[in-house]
Amino acid sequence: MRLDLLKIANKKFKSRLIVGTGKYKSMLECSKAIQISGAEIVTVAVRRVNISDRSKPVLMDYIDPKKTMYLPNTAGCFTSKEALRTLRLAREIGGWKIVKLEVLGDKKNLFPDMIETLKSTEVLTKEGFQVMVYCNDDPLMCKRLENSGASAIMPLAAPIGSGLGIQNVTNIKILRKQTKVPLIIDAGIGQASDAVQAMELGCDAVLINTAIAKAKNPFQMAESMKYAVISGRKSFLSGRITPNLQGSPSTTKKGII
Amino acid sequence: MNKKNKIKIVVNGKVLIVNLKFSLKNLIEKLKAPTNKIAIELNEEIVDKKKLNKIFLKNKDKIEIVHFIGGG
Repeated sequence: MRLDLLKIANKKFKSRLIVGTGKYKSMLECSKAIQISGAEIVTVAVRRVNISDRSKPVLMDYIDPKKTMYLPNTAGCFTSKEALRTLRLAREIGGWKIVKLEVLGDKKNLFPDMIETLKSTEVLTKEGFQVMVYCNDDPLMCKRLENSGASAIMPLAAPIGSGLGIQNVTNIKILRKQTKVPLIIDAGIGQASDAVQAMELGCDAVLINTAIAKAKNPFQMAESMKYAVISGRKSFLSGRITPNLQGSPSTTKKGII
Repeated sequence: MNKKNKIKIVVNGKVLIVNLKFSLKNLIEKLKAPTNKIAIELNEEIVDKKKLNKIFLKNKDKIEIVHFIGGG
């Protein structure tokens, strides 16, 4: 059987699960959960180095960027200016060109500011970045992002960290039809069935942070999400039967007594 | 202490007092920050990490040193 690989900006991945590295109790817990999840890409944030206490553990000591691809993210940025500054710094740390852009517009529901997001995508693409873009599930805005050179379209299933699952199935179906670059559900996944649903809708990958990090047993949830993504993908590729309101017996009538 | 030979700089929001002719390289070494894991901004301009020893700090310079942390 041919390997079913995820391709983002000319890079190939076996796993279709991308995980975030925030909200864990410790870096050790985080690195173990990532290992169990089988994820090959993890999102990371850019923040100030703690200059008063240099003994604190750093992420790179726990998650080796040579083995797991770091995807720098602009989490917490509310303007294009902040997001651009963050990603230019991220690139400077060690040559990261594939980045995740996230420009938030509302402090309560954390919905993206699509005007600022679009502006930033245009600038970053011109600067040679390969930009995976967190966005809302509006097909028109997603098309504009794609036309601006986005390397992946990452619509939310529901607000970040909400665990509500996919709220607008119809929009995700429309996005699946129109999107030529990888379509990745980012944010709002709560349980394994949400990840299965995303993959069955034909999404190329799923990004999960809170649902794993804040589960009572993050390791078990990481494993559950790993299999959910595999299961959903295989189900999508297998060509499901047409739903039918009538029953259809599984056993032949021939030879009935 | 001779104040004439000292300058005030702001590193990650904290005021530090260092000697005149103090380079960015001196600062990074003083803070024991591994250069392959950080990025540096001097007055909001990204600094080429290969040129740290050629950049000398001036009074009121603002430096940001960042790295990757866990995030979603």
